[in-house]
Amino acid sequence: MIQTRVIPSLLLKGEGLVKTVNFSNPKYIGDPINAVRIFNEKEVHELVFLDITASIERRSPRFDILSNIASECFMPLGYGGGIRTLEQAKKIFSLGVEKIIINSYAIENPSFIRNLADMVGSQSVVVSIDAKKNFFGKYETYTLSGTTKTVWNPISWAQEAERLGAGEIILNSIDRDGTMKGYDIPLIKNVSGSVNIPVVACGGAGTAKDFSTAVHEGGASAIAAGSMFVYYGKYRAVLINFPDDEELKSVGLN
Amino acid sequence: MLTIIDYGTGNLGSLANMVKSIQIPVKISSDIAEIESAEKLILPGVGSFDHGMQKLEELQLIEILNKKVIRDHIPILGICLGMQLFSLTSEEGKRAGLGWLDAKTVKFSFQQNSSLKIPHMGWEELNIKKSHFLFQDTKLNAMYYFVHSFHLVCNKEEDILSTSHYGYDFVSSISKDNIIGVQFHPEKSHKYGMKVLENFCTN
Repeated sequence: MIQTRVIPSLLLKGEGLVKTVNFSNPKYIGDPINAVRIFNEKEVHELVFLDITASIERRSPRFDILSNIASECFMPLGYGGGIRTLEQAKKIFSLGVEKIIINSYAIENPSFIRNLADMVGSQSVVVSIDAKKNFFGKYETYTLSGTTKTVWNPISWAQEAERLGAGEIILNSIDRDGTMKGYDIPLIKNVSGSVNIPVVACGGAGTAKDFSTAVHEGGASAIAAGSMFVYYGKYRAVLINFPDDEELKSVGLN
Repeated sequence: MLTIIDYGTGNLGSLANMVKSIQIPVKISSDIAEIESAEKLILPGVGSFDHGMQKLEELQLIEILNKKVIRDHIPILGICLGMQLFSLTSEEGKRAGLGWLDAKTVKFSFQQNSSLKIPHMGWEELNIKKSHFLFQDTKLNAMYYFVHSFHLVCNKEEDILSTSHYGYDFVSSISKDNIIGVQFHPEKSHKYGMKVLENFCTN
């Protein structure tokens, strides 16, 4: 088994790839297929695509785009955004996607997690949690691309998701998203310490050293990042990149 | 020409694209005449054993496959369910398999208190059991991506090309003359999978 998966998390808006900061100001960074082709050349363990406007617009996933992405993708693929029915999930699987990622609709209708897990197995059901610290330093869970606050705190929501059959949690820090200032370690530690399923840390990675901190101090099972894999240098030039094995080893991963 | 058999079990896009990216001309087909003229075959597959056999039967491909593989000795690569269909039977269903391999397909079985989940999903190494062109020049620590609930049990040790470990050692690839099969997904195993496909296509 690979010890720690390192996963580029790529955001779709319309037909293009974007990158946000604190879940805001999506900046166009290129064509998704082109990005997939570049990641194919690297030894990427897994790719995640999130359609960040599907749920807000209450529309279906873009199956056409997803089909093209899956056809180009030479590694396991997870997709999230706008999934509200088992039929949609089934269709996404038939396109060659391995993992279904749900977020807003899971909060709206938690039993969907159970139904999905019954249909495809827990391994393929990922619940994505968007967390943000409030004024008093308490973490809260948001949905609809960070626009809507829910009653859940990320720990109890992660536990509930696990109980309902989620096989994995992607834990995003809204505060750290796009900042490249490092992961929110207390958040990761709190959540990963409260569940038995893998927690994928996301939000804030700026260097490979940050991965290692999220794993060794935060207890993350896997690592996801966006900006770090699509930007290069201090002026944030768009450049798809991925650390090689040597670099991961040098920070104590895999 | 290399022909990927399309019998309606999932998206063959990544497989076809990976083969194309190693500069091998490829056709995706369920047409008997096209399969008849193929020089090499790939039988992919996602889904259940009975559904796979039923689809092959509906498309009237069983006879032509038997002819190509057993009589003409055309090289064939089975991937995941595709390989499992080479076996005699499966615990997943009632239908007979293609029966080219003295093997059966069984479900992963762990002790009740095991935390191992089914399907098995993840990257694993191979423990290669015999020298074969399929793994020629592959990296020592190469990893391959698996998604499956069932695996082969071979009655003939010599058919086992590699094993991998998930709870116990299971058969992760097989070879018997022109018949080759892999439980993992080369098309989802980036560089490592590409090398395996290239080896199949060029040997």
